[in-house]
Amino acid sequence: MKTAFMTKLRSNKALKSNLITFGMVIIAYILMEILMAAGVLSNLLKGLLVPLCVYAILAVSLNLTVGILGELSLGHAGFMCVGAFSSAFFSKCMQEAIPIAGVRFTLAILIGALCAGLFGILIGIPVLRLKGDYLAIVTLAFGEIIKNLVNILYIGIDENGFHFSTKSSLELNMSENGKIIIQGAQGITGTPNDSSFTVGILLLLITLFIVLNLIHSRDGRAIMAIRDNTIAAESVGINITKYKLMAFSISAALAGVAGVLYAHNISTLTALPKNFGYNMSIMILVFVVLGGIGNIRGSIIAAVILTLLPELLRGLNDYRMLIYAVVLIAMMLFNWAPSCIRWREKMTYWLKSKKPVKNSGKEA
Amino acid sequence: MKKLNKVVSVVVASAMVMAMAGCGSDANSGSADAYKIGGIGPLTGDGAAYGLAVQNAAQLAVDEINAAGGVNGYKLELNFQDDELDAEKSVNAYNTLKDWGAQIILGSVTSGCCIAVTDKTKEDNMFQLTPSGSAVACTQYDNNFRVCFSDPAQGAASARYIGENGLASKVAVIYNSSDTYSTGIYESFVSGAASQPFEIVSEEAFTADNKTDFSVQLQKAQESGADLIFLPIYYQEASLILTQANGMGYAPKFFGVDGMDGILTGVDNFDKSLAEGVMLLTPFAADATDDLTVKFVTAYQEKYGETPNQFAADAYDGVYALKAALEKSGAKPSDSISDICEGLKAAFVEISIDGLTGEGIVWDAAGEPNKAPRAVVIENGAYKAM
Repeated sequence: MKTAFMTKLRSNKALKSNLITFGMVIIAYILMEILMAAGVLSNLLKGLLVPLCVYAILAVSLNLTVGILGELSLGHAGFMCVGAFSSAFFSKCMQEAIPIAGVRFTLAILIGALCAGLFGILIGIPVLRLKGDYLAIVTLAFGEIIKNLVNILYIGIDENGFHFSTKSSLELNMSENGKIIIQGAQGITGTPNDSSFTVGILLLLITLFIVLNLIHSRDGRAIMAIRDNTIAAESVGINITKYKLMAFSISAALAGVAGVLYAHNISTLTALPKNFGYNMSIMILVFVVLGGIGNIRGSIIAAVILTLLPELLRGLNDYRMLIYAVVLIAMMLFNWAPSCIRWREKMTYWLKSKKPVKNSGKEA
Repeated sequence: MKKLNKVVSVVVASAMVMAMAGCGSDANSGSADAYKIGGIGPLTGDGAAYGLAVQNAAQLAVDEINAAGGVNGYKLELNFQDDELDAEKSVNAYNTLKDWGAQIILGSVTSGCCIAVTDKTKEDNMFQLTPSGSAVACTQYDNNFRVCFSDPAQGAASARYIGENGLASKVAVIYNSSDTYSTGIYESFVSGAASQPFEIVSEEAFTADNKTDFSVQLQKAQESGADLIFLPIYYQEASLILTQANGMGYAPKFFGVDGMDGILTGVDNFDKSLAEGVMLLTPFAADATDDLTVKFVTAYQEKYGETPNQFAADAYDGVYALKAALEKSGAKPSDSISDICEGLKAAFVEISIDGLTGEGIVWDAAGEPNKAPRAVVIENGAYKAM
């Protein structure tokens, strides 16, 4: 039985690669838990564990659009925003009705994913007719639209039900004991702190499971066929719109999940350019590009490194962001510059040629 | 090449683990002969002007206090961390400060970040004093206090001031709908105006994404016949509004709040004569002639080469308030964080501070300061009390 599994593992490269990815996440989780139990983990890193999961999920989900579907999307933070606000709204409303945090948070995750996925379909229908640069620009615009819409949204609740407004909280006409839930630019405050590292890792594993399975399924191969040659894919009868929309909306829904995790980790949720604007979308894209387009494991590693880096550089004070930028450029060059790639190939060749020498020496 | 990728990822992963373990070990390595104050605010990015002002002024106050012999015989130590105007980063900054061994938090500078941090300080029962977090929820717990006015207090006070002094009969408001500070004041101004003898004829918003052209908002205000425009916004945008109104030949009265402070000093290439006659409600005026302000402004200019704004003044007062409260409570740096917090909570409602932002400032148990807002008018390029 074991040998059968091993031969399968040896013959199936994809399975091996997937297992390494899952194993990496699980080992990281166990390691962190041990460090936490031993009390050697600093407060900063303890606080960073959930954000790391958030950014890893975002990077993996965007890699589905950019790497697998092959379309450049610059509005990924918009979907995260939808997931964050819809779930925080739900949690805030249901705080009294569902006192069990686990049940409420599970529902919140589902709602966040559903809403973001729905937005993904809605936006995908018009947007996916475009290609290349045009698609990138339109997704950028949609991300900004979502952020700005959230900024003018006022929702309150009292005994007469929900009140909506897009002008100000005064226009809600609430009764005395009404409660404002979303307060325009001031966003949602007092979201219950339901996120935890364990939940974050579970969600990351689920995300990986969905994305990796999709890639290696029939649908995934169809999606990659569209990426590689649209005309050829169409000529063999692949439904382009369907598969494009499928990848795009799954990617959006997973970004929504990351948003849920984000919203339930800190108690204030405001849609600023910094957290849900194009800055964030670009940041996620940087994770994907640095980790390797289409390389899921690389996305996770890149997201973790680039989120940790500015925090670990805090000791440098004023030079922190400068060093961060320099390191980012250096990493990009190391990964993608032709001369660096040549050098790396030389190094691998050198390493490979060295090994047999070692072995033969042992035998002798 | 694939193999090398694997090698690199293993190396990086192990390096990170080492870094983490390293960070863990130097936690709480603080000396026991100084009070450790942790500051949080935006030092880079959009809000850097506010965060840097707070950092500079707090450092100035700490240096002064230490030079004068410290508090209860102990020195103060300040560590200021950047939050990039982002709530998540603000929590990271707080955690960094906790690792450093902070016992008291001075911050966050901005409202949204401050609210996120209050949850964490509540969990740890660490005393938190925000110099400038003006949203109501910034003092939602009993361990949170603030130096500045809350948003509702400013909006309502402005409405009362305009009404009682008969400054206008028709008022227009231009506010930043993407900013918590601005919308907070706007809303309390509108509700406060309901009981005042003037009418709000135009309410126009702009957002952080389009804050350079105000011609539409100004035109609407002009068409509605407003003779006063209320500007609950920061001075950068206010300076553009003044310039553009002048270009249109529209000359209503302008009334601002504490965010307007800085209009005379903070904007490059701004024709200061346009600010003549602008009224603002501010707790601090950099060119006031009382001894304390003169001393502070000269010291600040000498050290940092610029004129301090109200954020700086709030931070300076905040550090001195902490000093007074520490003296009153008699807490020692060797006490636990929670004990210091309990002592400060009890002491803060008893102290009274003569500071830059008001005389005889006292706090209530909800964390709100009680000080009188001062209305000033700009005349001959300087503030003049009204």
